[in-house]
Amino acid sequence: MDKSIVLKYDVDGNDFSLAGEASSSVKKVLLSLGFDPEIIRKVSIALYEGEMNMVIHANGGVITVEISPEEIHMLLEDTGPGIEDIELAMQEGYSTASDKVRELGFGAGMGLSNMKKYSDVFIITSEVNKGTRVEMVVKNKQ
Amino acid sequence: MEKYYHSVTLDVDKCKGCTNCLKQCPTQAIRVRDGKAKIIKERCIDCGVCISVCPYHAKKAITDSLSELDKFEYKVALPAPALYGQFPKVNDINKILNALLGIGFDDCFEVAKGAEVVTNRTKELIKSGELMDITISSACPAVLRLISVRFPNLLNNVLPIKPPIEVAAYMARQEAVKKTGLSEDKIGLFFITPCPAKATSIKNPLSVAKSGIDGVISIKDVYLKLAHKINSDSPPKNLQSAGFYGVSWANVGGEAEALEEGKYIAVDGIHNVINILEAVENEKLDDISFIEALACPGGCVGGPLTVENNYVAKSRIKETAKKLPKTKFSEDVDYNVLWEKPMEYNPIMNLDEDIFTAIQKASEIDKIYKGLPGLDCGSCGSPSCKCLAEDIVRNMASETDCIFKLREKVKTLSNEMNTLSKNLKG
Repeated sequence: MDKSIVLKYDVDGNDFSLAGEASSSVKKVLLSLGFDPEIIRKVSIALYEGEMNMVIHANGGVITVEISPEEIHMLLEDTGPGIEDIELAMQEGYSTASDKVRELGFGAGMGLSNMKKYSDVFIITSEVNKGTRVEMVVKNKQ
Repeated sequence: MEKYYHSVTLDVDKCKGCTNCLKQCPTQAIRVRDGKAKIIKERCIDCGVCISVCPYHAKKAITDSLSELDKFEYKVALPAPALYGQFPKVNDINKILNALLGIGFDDCFEVAKGAEVVTNRTKELIKSGELMDITISSACPAVLRLISVRFPNLLNNVLPIKPPIEVAAYMARQEAVKKTGLSEDKIGLFFITPCPAKATSIKNPLSVAKSGIDGVISIKDVYLKLAHKINSDSPPKNLQSAGFYGVSWANVGGEAEALEEGKYIAVDGIHNVINILEAVENEKLDDISFIEALACPGGCVGGPLTVENNYVAKSRIKETAKKLPKTKFSEDVDYNVLWEKPMEYNPIMNLDEDIFTAIQKASEIDKIYKGLPGLDCGSCGSPSCKCLAEDIVRNMASETDCIFKLREKVKTLSNEMNTLSKNLKG
């Protein structure tokens, strides 16, 4: 008997138009599982921001989402440039996004802080030139 | 009243069981079973996309017939502004309103006037600061039903004001009582509608306890009759009193434009609406304050129960409206335009009430889906392979409904038969 369901997404870093597909798909699954709309909102915003970061900064990556009745566990892994100073990157408004990306309305420096805000557990590790790993958990209220 | 009343239904004899409606339905509410399309009542939002795409005209909307008028002593027509764009070379609303008198109505009351009241109240509400940062229009009932089944997080963003037709119905009845001295029940109010969603929202209202409308008649049902009367010689009465903004509600952008300030998005077509609602949900539209979302292409002029091409109708409405003063009608109404009941989340996409069971079903769906060809051909009668997997788990279909799976199975069987027969020979 499966107590949880695992969803895996390869996020394409070359196609900006596809960004957001993973979070949209997870949202649909959570709706079908009957999660509270507020929980779904937290997951989809946190995941959307993470997915965008992967596309904008890291040339894509892999998202693994494990859904159980207790919690939604999200793992985002990329092999991008990594983050030099995580503390600085976490600050609201800090951004290394290029002007081009900012012109599109992204890169406001809210990505990581929003991800932290909407998740109950947020762990980020990163190594320059190797990649970044973000683990987020949104707990289900029971 | 049945829990799920729908205007959209199927003419079984005309249905060929093709996949046109199946693939286009935005809530995956259609299945083809035993060669005929079936509508899953709980899922249907009455948008009418299936009516527009069916090449065999097997999908239709149930509306009332003109004979319903006989039940009342005094009959008032309430035409949706979309009606004004339907007739070639007619840019005079008054001609159309007079034609309505020619087909059996005693009076007319323009729904556009109700729209103007809604616009005024919306402005007040926005100014009061009580609304969310992004307000979503509540004018299109198909969009409201879509939000209630797919976007529960956006329910609080919906403008809590009744639709123009209900406001117009209240005003029309007051006016008719005053004019005739008859009691309210002797007066019949008939909505001339461009779409099935609005018809459904009269019989099964979303934001009022009971609709003020007595009957709903589709534009296409009265089209020819009206066309014959439009240029009749009898001297026209002056019946027209809605202004530019009210009439412009027929086209997408009309409602938002009438608010005169704030950045807005006006989106039409149900699939485009879904994309915009997704963006709102992801908090990606932070500089927008109002969203006008209409299920039909072009807005109400593109309703499935209209006759004219929606681009042509749109252009005609623009021509007609620009001759009118901006808000010709600004009468104060002593009517509470706010919703009488809140909109609720309708979790019809749920796999199971119990979350443990739902998760098991979801992983089963995933397993089955991985074994399907992924062509989304629709031959099985479900709109996509993913949906078939879901239908199998919901016990609404079986794996061999997939013709590719069936072919595999037949092949395996025949191979086994072959081996068996060889063994027999030996």
